[in-house]
Amino acid sequence: MPETSNELSVSLWRGGAEGRYETYRVPRRDSQTVLDVVTYVQRHIDPTLSYRFACRVGMCGSCAMTVNGRPRWTCRTHVAKVAGSSGRLEIGPLENLPVIKDLATDMAPFFDKWREAKGAFAPSRTRADDIPRIRPDSPARIAADAAIECINCGVCYAACDTVRWNTDYLGPAALNRAWTLVNDERDAGNAARLGAVAASGGCHACHSHQSCQEHCPLALNPTASIAGLKRRTAAAYLKGELKP
Amino acid sequence: MTIAPHLKHRTGTLWLAALIHRLSGLALAIFLPLHFLVLALALHRAAQLDAFLRRTDQPLVKLAEALLVFLLTVHLLGGLRVLVIENFDWRDGQKQLATLAATISAIVAFVFLVRVF
Amino acid sequence: MNVRLYVWQRATAALMVPLVAIHIAVIFYATRQGLSAADILSRTRGSIAWAAYYGLFVAAVSIHAAIGVRNVLAEWSPLPERYAGRLALFFGLLLAALGARAVAAVVL
Repeated sequence: MPETSNELSVSLWRGGAEGRYETYRVPRRDSQTVLDVVTYVQRHIDPTLSYRFACRVGMCGSCAMTVNGRPRWTCRTHVAKVAGSSGRLEIGPLENLPVIKDLATDMAPFFDKWREAKGAFAPSRTRADDIPRIRPDSPARIAADAAIECINCGVCYAACDTVRWNTDYLGPAALNRAWTLVNDERDAGNAARLGAVAASGGCHACHSHQSCQEHCPLALNPTASIAGLKRRTAAAYLKGELKP
Repeated sequence: MTIAPHLKHRTGTLWLAALIHRLSGLALAIFLPLHFLVLALALHRAAQLDAFLRRTDQPLVKLAEALLVFLLTVHLLGGLRVLVIENFDWRDGQKQLATLAATISAIVAFVFLVRVF
Repeated sequence: MNVRLYVWQRATAALMVPLVAIHIAVIFYATRQGLSAADILSRTRGSIAWAAYYGLFVAAVSIHAAIGVRNVLAEWSPLPERYAGRLALFFGLLLAALGARAVAAVVL
């Protein structure tokens, strides 16, 4: 179909696991983001389109979708950067997750794996105890801080081909979180946590493709975190502390 | 949808490096039993081994051997890169290292090819 | 893939770094002037050193390749992980047997 330079040709996934791409014509505007485009379609062309967003300023991670084959935050993706001169956009739901409808996925498996990786803090003290002194420049705290900013947007999980190939694989975000807790001196859950990430589907399934690191909108590096977990679990295993 | 539509978006250097590492491993795994069978001819059938070696003295075979040298070297160097990632502190520049590994492997295979021709 | 398989696969990988490097060097040396059975055997026959080197190499590669194949089957084929494991184990044993036979052939 002919496209004028002030119009975009936008293909959006409609349906669930089964469905198809439908194309819409959207006026092109300066500084337009992909989220603006999806919102335009829902408000002016087809109100039955389902999608998610919240903050629209790159803080919450809710608007993550597959844009021209790559998982991105749509509110932080300028159309000019991805559509090019052809003005074509293909937008689908995040990969590796069940599709609820159109551009909205079911994030439950992502968070289930978070729990399976023991990605929750396990306290070691009560309020009656002294507050532990954690030095911010200790190697463990530096390692934890480098990975702590994850807001669970799911982009890394969607980008990871090992997640695609191995349904047991806990995935980069869950393992990255586990790594921050492994490095948290206050945490008391490491025996169970190392066991969880050393099992089938744990950190050893990672092939270091680095797709997670490449796509993370916060420039986190789950590959490095997972490498850290590999070292920790291997050491624990060789010392007889782990029995897989 | 076409088959595996996501594959056309897999253009990253490191993803390609991982794919080459996996495919070279598979190819070597398939080659190895054949390699062992040929070598075992040396025990009682040295003449047969010699006949085999003479038969393989042709350009197409030499090309295949150079390919094997490439596969072995690229699997070694790529594997070394992963071993370093997994056992030492993180270092940036992985794309460059992966490209270097492939380049060195190609050079080694090329030198082999030139020598055996 | 779990920590046990990982440790075995990475350990054999690390072990094979120098073994493969030597092998590539040997390939270059052996092919300097056409390959012949006599040429190969004159080096390896009766040599404890070559027996040890190739014996170690065969053991390491059998373990390493079997675990690698297991991963590929589990991820790229429809086989469930347990069957991938069995098939890979069989492959590893096959490699070890054929490899041992080949080492014996050139060393004895």
